[in-house]
Amino acid sequence: MSLAVPPALEAEIDTLISHYPQRRSASLMILHALQDHFGWLSQEAIEWTAAKLGLQPINVLELVTFYPMFRQAPAGKFQFKVCRTLSCALGGGHALHGHLCQKLGLDPHKHGIQTTPDGKFSVEFVECLASCGRAPVLMVNEAFHEAVTPDQAEALLSQCR
Amino acid sequence: MPQEYRLILKNADLPGYTPDIDCYLRHGGYETLRKCLALPVRELPDGKKQTAQEQIRDEVLKSGLRGRGGAGFSAGLKWSFVDRKSGKPIYLICNADESEPGTFKDRQIIHKDPHQLVEGMIIACFANDVHLAYIYIRGEMPEGARLLNKALRAAREQGFLGKNILGTGFDLEIHVHRGAGAYICGEETGLIESLEGKRPYPRIKPPYFPAVLGLYLCPTIVNNVETLAAVRHIMAMGAMEYSKLGTPNNTGTRIVSLSGHVKRPGYFEIEVGKVTLGELIFHENFGGGLRDGRRLKAVIPGGSSAKIFKAGEKFKLKRKGPDGQMATVEVDLLDLPYDFDSLQQAGSMSGSGAIIVMDDSTDIVGALANISEFYAHESCGQCTPCREGALWMSKALHRMAHGRARRADPDYLLSIAQNIQGRTICAFGEAASWPVLSFVRKFREEFDARGAADESKAATATGRTPAAK
Repeated sequence: MSLAVPPALEAEIDTLISHYPQRRSASLMILHALQDHFGWLSQEAIEWTAAKLGLQPINVLELVTFYPMFRQAPAGKFQFKVCRTLSCALGGGHALHGHLCQKLGLDPHKHGIQTTPDGKFSVEFVECLASCGRAPVLMVNEAFHEAVTPDQAEALLSQCR
Repeated sequence: MPQEYRLILKNADLPGYTPDIDCYLRHGGYETLRKCLALPVRELPDGKKQTAQEQIRDEVLKSGLRGRGGAGFSAGLKWSFVDRKSGKPIYLICNADESEPGTFKDRQIIHKDPHQLVEGMIIACFANDVHLAYIYIRGEMPEGARLLNKALRAAREQGFLGKNILGTGFDLEIHVHRGAGAYICGEETGLIESLEGKRPYPRIKPPYFPAVLGLYLCPTIVNNVETLAAVRHIMAMGAMEYSKLGTPNNTGTRIVSLSGHVKRPGYFEIEVGKVTLGELIFHENFGGGLRDGRRLKAVIPGGSSAKIFKAGEKFKLKRKGPDGQMATVEVDLLDLPYDFDSLQQAGSMSGSGAIIVMDDSTDIVGALANISEFYAHESCGQCTPCREGALWMSKALHRMAHGRARRADPDYLLSIAQNIQGRTICAFGEAASWPVLSFVRKFREEFDARGAADESKAATATGRTPAAK
């Protein structure tokens, strides 16, 4: 099965490739573009990227398995990424994560990303998001939220439709 | 009275200041670039001629600017190592992979005043004959990447980027490259591997010094966001004026990220060494002190890799006395000037300028467990001592933080940490072991007490007496 990449996306990817003297350099940017479009990186997406760049699929797979932001399975429509690292932990990051999990019926002690059965929400801990002065911080998809109280977290949940 | 000195962040928080190019131009933006590109050839007293490029490199060297990413190495020297005779293209990469826990300064520049970085980069590229440059921004900053792309487009439209910049014949293209969540990409050779489309396994040095064998095995300069922004100011005010800011060998300003248990966490730009660690934490112009009723327990002075300081620690520092002679003076933790050299003499480092403050409510074992989990997660896995050791330390600390500590744990942790540092390709090995070494040594009694308490609890529960006291 091959990947159906819309022409506009492929044109965007071709532009990205043109930014580098060596095609392989565009790997991460292409994977971002494909994951943004498809929601995750399938085997087909990996093979498509490899063919596009003249690489073996393993050269792309090893990136997908290494870099934490890439995923090989779908995640929720709304992905909550809560910072786990020290400054946020001192500022209530774990309570925030626990509160979100409890509201969504997820297990706060489980390792890794968790998605609600309806596929709407994912919650995961991530490492330092670099806004330690406004702890605790979280990201909802690409939006950044600082100094998030449990109440605000609930408000964020209810805004996700 | 200790206060901020805003140079790089001078405009960032002004009401109505926006990150677009029109606003930047209204505030004198890109004037310095024009000046740099038009520098006439200068004749030196010894009759030698100095090109515009050489003059800029000279200014940056004379300014005393030290890299703001973590190592604090002279930016001018770093540039001087570039192999300019190889015949290969020279690349410049802006390291915007801001990931050292506690650090959030580059975010301010990128989000609030991105053109300042772009201008600094163009000047740095011109000075080093670079025609293709990248901004490697961490994947978790999608908004920052958008702002930078917008800034680059606007600069291109105005003729500051592209072919024949401002009619001078200088060509330069800058692209934004996004990372994907790996801390190790902040290590410059790991970053280069990542930019080549590979796993970011750091390269061994020698031979892979970026200045000689960097991106695509070509000479490459990797500079931090704040460092490149400072280049713009050095060229605007001149190296002489810039080096009057700060203190000798610790010149200029730097943006300190303050987080943890203070009333006013945030970013503060200071003259390097003109403000003490105590003032940063307690003075109303900075952290404003601890939360009410709390006492200081510990300070991590330069990002989570830096060795921790314990409240009340005293250090012996070498200082030049009024008579010009070097003398050893005893300095309290809170009186340490916040600069590169003093913190290093005190056994830690100012690193990325990130101060994490912990008050007496902090569980020190839990705090170290948190840090070690970070390093276990982020080890790239290339070197065995780091890959295995970082995980062992994290597992032991997780166990200790969850009521199953043992008396032998502190020594176990120390022995693992000692066997990582110095035995890895990159400095991540030190970054993972320094927190463990310093936490356990300085707060030994808490680790010991935890082991003793949990072992006796377990002994009571199982009806067995502990094997050793």
